[in-house]
Amino acid sequence: MSDRLSGNEAVAYALKQINPDVMGAFPITPSTEIPEYFAQAVADGEVNTEYVTVESEHSSMSVCIAAQAAGARAVCATSSAGLALMYELLYVAASCRLPITLACVNRALTGPININNDHSDSMGARDSGWIQIYAENNQEAYDNFLMAMPIGETPSVRLPVMTCMDGFITSHAVENIELLDTDVVRRFIGEYNPENYLLKKENPLAVGPYDVSPYYMEHKVLEAEAMKAAKARILEVAAEFERISGRRYGLFEEYRMEDAELALVLIGSTAGTAKAAVDKLREEGVKAGLVKIRVFRPFPGEEVARALAGTKAVAVMDKSEGFSANGGPLFAETRSALYDLKNRPYLIDIVYGLGGRDVKTEDIEKVFGRLANIAATGEIGPVYTHMGQRSKEENA
Amino acid sequence: MATNNMVEIRWHGRGGQGAKSACLLLADVAGIAGKFVQGFPEYGPERMGAPITAYNRISEKRCTIHSNIYYPDYVIVVDESLLDSVDVIGGLKEGGAIIINTTLSPQEMRPRLRGWAGKVCTIDARRISEEILGKNLPNTPMLAAVVKVSSVLDAERFLVDIEESFKHKFADKPEVIEGNMITLRKSMAEVQVG
Repeated sequence: MSDRLSGNEAVAYALKQINPDVMGAFPITPSTEIPEYFAQAVADGEVNTEYVTVESEHSSMSVCIAAQAAGARAVCATSSAGLALMYELLYVAASCRLPITLACVNRALTGPININNDHSDSMGARDSGWIQIYAENNQEAYDNFLMAMPIGETPSVRLPVMTCMDGFITSHAVENIELLDTDVVRRFIGEYNPENYLLKKENPLAVGPYDVSPYYMEHKVLEAEAMKAAKARILEVAAEFERISGRRYGLFEEYRMEDAELALVLIGSTAGTAKAAVDKLREEGVKAGLVKIRVFRPFPGEEVARALAGTKAVAVMDKSEGFSANGGPLFAETRSALYDLKNRPYLIDIVYGLGGRDVKTEDIEKVFGRLANIAATGEIGPVYTHMGQRSKEENA
Repeated sequence: MATNNMVEIRWHGRGGQGAKSACLLLADVAGIAGKFVQGFPEYGPERMGAPITAYNRISEKRCTIHSNIYYPDYVIVVDESLLDSVDVIGGLKEGGAIIINTTLSPQEMRPRLRGWAGKVCTIDARRISEEILGKNLPNTPMLAAVVKVSSVLDAERFLVDIEESFKHKFADKPEVIEGNMITLRKSMAEVQVG
């Protein structure tokens, strides 16, 4: 069915189709509309979800953990400082191997306080043990949310999944969207039948006890193995999803990479803007291409290295600072992934779009201009820079 | 950077006037007509009365660009007082048009548009909405005006599609639909092009 929905409306619609057992609900801009619209579906009796309104995000994630541990399917949505307030619980959810689904609507993490988009919130949670899948637009926000449960709940994975979309740019923009029939969605998602859960009469389970040193490390290794196993499962689920939707997804999307010499690596809505820039440059004879990272956790390092192996110069674009003094988080992953290549491309990092700073096709063309220069001269210049940064004089 | 067959629209209003709602409604109705659409607001520290901007892209192919619109084909000014504080004609394409909510005529408005030589359209959205809807709700008249002036959608088809959209949107208060439909028709008839 064709419709026009914003990213938030699309995820709320997916929730209605899924009919999860429990939602831990607490609002925060720009994700507020997700629990808001879904609350209407609950009030109208369209779903039988236990909708638990709480006093903070710490509690909404706690509700999800308790519900999922009890054998239910639990969901929530949040942004920015809300995700930060869940921080402790994110690790609890992942280490208890509870496949909760969280819609993260990316917003700059305070401070200075700002409501607009960047990826500093979810990037801060990148080491928490959650699978992270990012959307370029409303369609992908919907599709990724539908794929989250079949990925997270599978026994070889059993990890929580965070589906991310860009705040406002995607969450509040109305665009065309193709929706699946609800019965098709429900068949695709299936029933959640965990092997073990808190309230299983025959085999009651303790969840979250103290873990002593002789076992702790083994448990963390199991968690790490699950994250590795997630890669194959994500591709399996994508293949199943393609059969019901006709839409194809991978760990990342390669756009005009066949013979690309100059390439970008980035995440989220800017990929769409970059595609328009790539098209324009291709018409001018520039061999430009784009790798749009969809799955950041687990990071598809070997696959990204293969995709970039034939390029001459690559710009990684980070929508979060990271304060490593050595480039953003996507740069760190990408540069590490390329280390084993025999012939590595020149590599730079550009931090961009912080706190909602807009990115135009012209901005992307400038990045390709810089890459062309690097490829021609072998002179990289500064490895790590900030896009469109004004000088002190300009700010005065 | 739009392709030739894409229409880009920039809305200027004040928080509370419904510019964002009209923008999203236009996207929805253009989508019903089979177009590819984007409708999105630009958010800042929003409050009632603060200047806000919203954008539409309407095209035959899906537009993947997710930046704001810097070179619009049409600019809609929902609040005349913004002309003094916001560069509303910034980037407006030659051959495009500006549509202003005002009691004045296009000829009277032109001197306030700092060198804009293109089409100027005016509509008294406040009076029309107050007469028909009983309240100053300028966004519906402005929506009708942009459809009329831009021809981005067939006017008759637009009226049929928006009524469908209203039936969905106002499912719990169907009494407002008729007034909105009359407002749209009257606004299409009244908008002045100069």
